[in-house]
Amino acid sequence: MEFEPVIGLEIHVELSTASKMFCGCRVAFGGEPNTRCCPVCMAHPGALPVANRKAIEFLAKIGLALDCAVPGHSIFHRKNYFYPDLPKGYQISQYDQPFAVEGHLDIIVDDEPHRVGIERVHMEEDTAKNIHAGESGRIAGALYSLIDFNRSGTPLVEIVTRPEIHSPQAARIFLNKLKNLLKYLDVSDCNMEEGSLRCDANVSVRPAGSSELGVKTELKNMNSFKHLEKGLTKEIQRQVELLQAGERVVQQTVHFDFATGEVTPMRSKEFAHDYRYFPEPDLVPLEAGSDFVESVRAAMPELPGARARRYVDDLGLPEYNAEVLTSSRELSDYFEESLKHFDDAKLVSNWLMGELLGYLNATGGELASCQVTPESLGNLLAMLGSGQVSNAVGKEVFAEMCQTGKAAGEIVEARGLTQISDEAQLAGIAEKIIAANPAQVEQFRGGKQQVLGFFVGQVMKETKGRANPKVVNQVLRQKLAE
Amino acid sequence: MVSHDDVRYVAKLARLKIDEDELDRYAAQLSSILGHIDQISGLDIAGVEPTSHVIQLSNVLRDDEVRDSVSRELALQNGPEVEAGAFRVPPILDTGE
Repeated sequence: MEFEPVIGLEIHVELSTASKMFCGCRVAFGGEPNTRCCPVCMAHPGALPVANRKAIEFLAKIGLALDCAVPGHSIFHRKNYFYPDLPKGYQISQYDQPFAVEGHLDIIVDDEPHRVGIERVHMEEDTAKNIHAGESGRIAGALYSLIDFNRSGTPLVEIVTRPEIHSPQAARIFLNKLKNLLKYLDVSDCNMEEGSLRCDANVSVRPAGSSELGVKTELKNMNSFKHLEKGLTKEIQRQVELLQAGERVVQQTVHFDFATGEVTPMRSKEFAHDYRYFPEPDLVPLEAGSDFVESVRAAMPELPGARARRYVDDLGLPEYNAEVLTSSRELSDYFEESLKHFDDAKLVSNWLMGELLGYLNATGGELASCQVTPESLGNLLAMLGSGQVSNAVGKEVFAEMCQTGKAAGEIVEARGLTQISDEAQLAGIAEKIIAANPAQVEQFRGGKQQVLGFFVGQVMKETKGRANPKVVNQVLRQKLAE
Repeated sequence: MVSHDDVRYVAKLARLKIDEDELDRYAAQLSSILGHIDQISGLDIAGVEPTSHVIQLSNVLRDDEVRDSVSRELALQNGPEVEAGAFRVPPILDTGE
């Protein structure tokens, strides 16, 4: 029997505000334990929370970017449970009246567009950090744990999708697109290794074509794209094998161990989730009126979808290029900055996607630390455009720019790489090559036009790529006709 | 009527230790509270807006400004066990015993 996976994601995003959600302690990663905490985020009796205005604005931005509706009236709830990283014994979160609902994010899977519904986007606070003492450093088998409250109370936005994702690959594509969107919004650094962006997945499988949902399990804390895809693949496989063997899937939380590739149920002291939600009496409701929503909307940056459309409509780029260039904010910003120095969008786009991304892929480098600035790339392309250097030499110069960070002009000068467009000089070289290859000359004269390419190649080799191809073509045709 | 099991369950969720001989008393008290709620539930509240907060205020927000945190010594002062600048707590998961 064929099975279809059904996946819903819950994504937690730590906001990059300066201060915490409900107190003035600084938000940062790491640092000496328990140096960024106060009575509010350590839950001392009588301490009262006051919500961070900027966090609510960031929340609104995320909701709007995901095309959600903002009902206007929303309130905070207490989610009660016991855990050492939760000092109050409850997390301030939102429950039945979240800030934003009913949105969507469109992705492309196997060249097919696919819409993933967003159920809700709500505000909450992060927990403290547990450090488990013991051989494995993991919670299971720990001798004891140490609690660091620096993270406690960091603004956290939870984004919940509908169960409308049907493959691990689609889940990865979705998360990547969401991360990119959040980076455009500039609301989080989205650093998965540091936990600023975390992903849980609800997974079930059902017979292909069925519309009923199977029993789901919850896969916790997939902290990289690789983890997410591999963990989901493993868990789906485990569920399918259970069902094929005539067994049942048990609803539970499972842990994916990236090192062993195994999926194991998590043991927990909690025998049932009964969070006893009730309205947070220490915080008054949020009223997001249309004035507020519109002011946030007006201050929104241009989002990747809109940028991609502008690249196609105004700059004349193919859709594929527009999609690739806007797939990360850094690349898109780099592209636009380069255009300020050389305004042939197609040429800039080709060089970014071909040479620059090629170089970064090959070296495993990041755009942020690339030695070639948009300005120096623009200058190189200007030399190319004016015929000062050939395309082949341009690529060579670019490679050196990547390695040394030197300017294009400087490299061309130092290495004598200026393009040769002098007809007489190229004619001399062409004559030599024609004389040395009588067989190919015979073929060409016999009507085999494509042999011309061979001669062009030889001239290029002789001039180390510096010959102007247009002039070479012209000179060769002339000489071969003689 | 609230059962002994209900009392044990609620106590467990709230991490309260309750002796067997207290079960009757708590069951009776909880039943009386729930009875009161039932009484309220019986009222005709058509046309009454749900109230989550008794204060007529909304959007009480603060600007995103960093304030001084407390010193680590002060932060850890009430910790019964402290190690490496952090609060030390017993193993979180069941040992399976």
